[in-house]
Amino acid sequence: MNSRKLEILVGFFVALGIAAFALLAFKVANAGISGNGETYQLNAKFENIGSLKARAPIKVGGVVVGRVESISIHPKEFVPVVNMAIDANYLCKFSDTTSISILTSGILGEQYLGINPVIAPQSAEQRCMGSEVTADEQDAGLDELFGVESKALADGDYITDTKSALVLEELIGQFLFNQGGE
Amino acid sequence: MFDLLQKLGHKTLGRFAALGRSTQMLFGALVNKPNFKKGTPLLIRQLYMVGSQSLLIIMVSGLFIGMVLALQGYTVLVGYGAEDSLGPLVALSLLRELGPVVTALLFAGRAGSALTAEIGLMKATEQLSSLEMMAIDPLKRIIAPRFWAGFISMPILALIFSAVAIIGAHLVGVDWLGVDSGSFWSIMQSQVSFQQDIVNGMIKSFVFAMIVTWIALYKGYDCIPTSEGISKATTETVVHSSLAVLGFDFILTAVMFTS
Amino acid sequence: MAKLVKKVMESDLSQSIVEIKDVTFSRGDRIIYKNMTFNIPKGKITAIMGPSGIGKTTMLRLIGGQLKPDAGDILFEGQSIPNMSRKALYAARTKMSMLFQSGALFTDMTVFDNIAFPLREHTQLSEDLIRLVVLMKLQAVGLRGAQDLMPSELSGGMARRAALARSIALDPELIMYDEPFAGQDPISMGVLVKLIKSLNQVLGLSSLIVTHDVTEVLSIADHVIIIAEQGVIGEGSPEQMQNHESELVQQFLKGLSDGPVPFHYPAPEYSEELLGVRNV
Repeated sequence: MNSRKLEILVGFFVALGIAAFALLAFKVANAGISGNGETYQLNAKFENIGSLKARAPIKVGGVVVGRVESISIHPKEFVPVVNMAIDANYLCKFSDTTSISILTSGILGEQYLGINPVIAPQSAEQRCMGSEVTADEQDAGLDELFGVESKALADGDYITDTKSALVLEELIGQFLFNQGGE
Repeated sequence: MFDLLQKLGHKTLGRFAALGRSTQMLFGALVNKPNFKKGTPLLIRQLYMVGSQSLLIIMVSGLFIGMVLALQGYTVLVGYGAEDSLGPLVALSLLRELGPVVTALLFAGRAGSALTAEIGLMKATEQLSSLEMMAIDPLKRIIAPRFWAGFISMPILALIFSAVAIIGAHLVGVDWLGVDSGSFWSIMQSQVSFQQDIVNGMIKSFVFAMIVTWIALYKGYDCIPTSEGISKATTETVVHSSLAVLGFDFILTAVMFTS
Repeated sequence: MAKLVKKVMESDLSQSIVEIKDVTFSRGDRIIYKNMTFNIPKGKITAIMGPSGIGKTTMLRLIGGQLKPDAGDILFEGQSIPNMSRKALYAARTKMSMLFQSGALFTDMTVFDNIAFPLREHTQLSEDLIRLVVLMKLQAVGLRGAQDLMPSELSGGMARRAALARSIALDPELIMYDEPFAGQDPISMGVLVKLIKSLNQVLGLSSLIVTHDVTEVLSIADHVIIIAEQGVIGEGSPEQMQNHESELVQQFLKGLSDGPVPFHYPAPEYSEELLGVRNV
């Protein structure tokens, strides 16, 4: 076996390895979604998280915007707290009136978090980012109308409007209770 | 009773001695300043022997395992109407487990046994002694390039194995059983994480490569230089490295995939 | 010419290239040598003989530094082999070479590359020069025509000659032959005997032959050492050995089946054991 042929065959082997790596990296694991891009943290307290797990996706209208980082119990209130990592592109974009709910994909599918976004007014976004407020009067007028100042969700904030997971037993229990009441 | 205890102690000490000798061998082979001019052709040659020549068995096994996985997975998933999840099922089981493990087992059988037999035969025909008498260190000349070749080849082979297996699963799942091609890939993409699954799978593969190559080289280097000794060493290579791979797989999985 | 004469003169002064001093060596519980002492003269052919299984090959490995004695010292050109640093040992090994019983040619290279191997490893010679040297060495052993063959294509005698060419590639001071005649047909044996003798004369090197082929080696050896029972039992020129008074030496040289080395492996009394069989 002369060395030239040897080199070609080894080169072929390594090239095949690189091709396999490329296939796995780009076609099998979409490096974009699971990406290690920058994220910011949001928290949410739930009554019941069902079978939500760490690494579950967080979606807005079906599009993944982040993943569940960890789930813990609030030390004082004794309710589950979900810690989420959200794509940093959406930092300060959601208003504090945004709601979040635990949903199930399909009948037997995994549970995920769905955000029903309320877009923060521009002035709130600017305040949240710490930049100077240049927003127009209309935003201020809106705030006045509702009587509270709109806030955007910054790193580490809590989403207060949460809907817990549907637990089958509880639903059935409720149904029976209502039947009995009639 | 005392006799049994003595025997047990003797055997344990023997195991420790073997571990010590093999570590000594590995250090002797690897700890030196690299000589790329002389080393590269030797490494290329071993990459061919260990890597390129294992390509066929790895690709064929990968194809079949991917096809079987798709077939088995489909029959179970279709009962729940979840056949769209075939993609992630196949991809995750391959990237996390089957790719590194099956490659390591095949590698132990194909390349590991060949390495042991080759070095054992070199020892039996006094080629190793002869190198030593020529003032050439056989650890650096014979063991080191083979170790690096194994260490480099196996992760590459595992990547090829997984890729071919996923193509095989696509062949069966999509082209034959009629899973939708779009959801096959897209659900796979949403479930497979580059860092969590592919990188961890490769780390596993590097660990297995080190274990299998190390065992194969040590068994050959330490064998009794007779035909019986070589055949025993070759068998031991396959058995020991397979068991070591499965054992370490458990440890690595426990560390990597349970949080 | 004057140089050669000087060299011959020097060797007549019975200088030693290797000195074995009080060497004790054991493998596990088995003692192989006990306080063994002898010298190997420079520029001559020395034969170490003895019954099989008394560790003649072990002797060569001790001289080559592959094994270390339990006690005693081994000097090569006045330097202690067992006490050398690794680097010094490797430097010393370039001055000696060993012809292994199996030839130990590298099976993955051609004959040419086998002989070029030590040159490529240890010298900075250009490929052209290496080619020249290799062809000269191959010519010396009569295998120039076989340079492109693989070792597996050679007969046993040819393989040993090719290995001999490799062991003289770096022009060593000392060649050690491990059973060079074992398993050879009479023709190859004759060729090897002639080669060993002529190499010794032409290259002015020292040869050490370990063997039990008495007649062949006595025809070329200048100095004979007979080892048995963990030590040297006889030493001298071939003529001296033929007339040695030791029974053991005589038994070995003449190949008698019974003598100090008994024909029977140690066993219980024959008649007793047979009777034991009948009782059962």
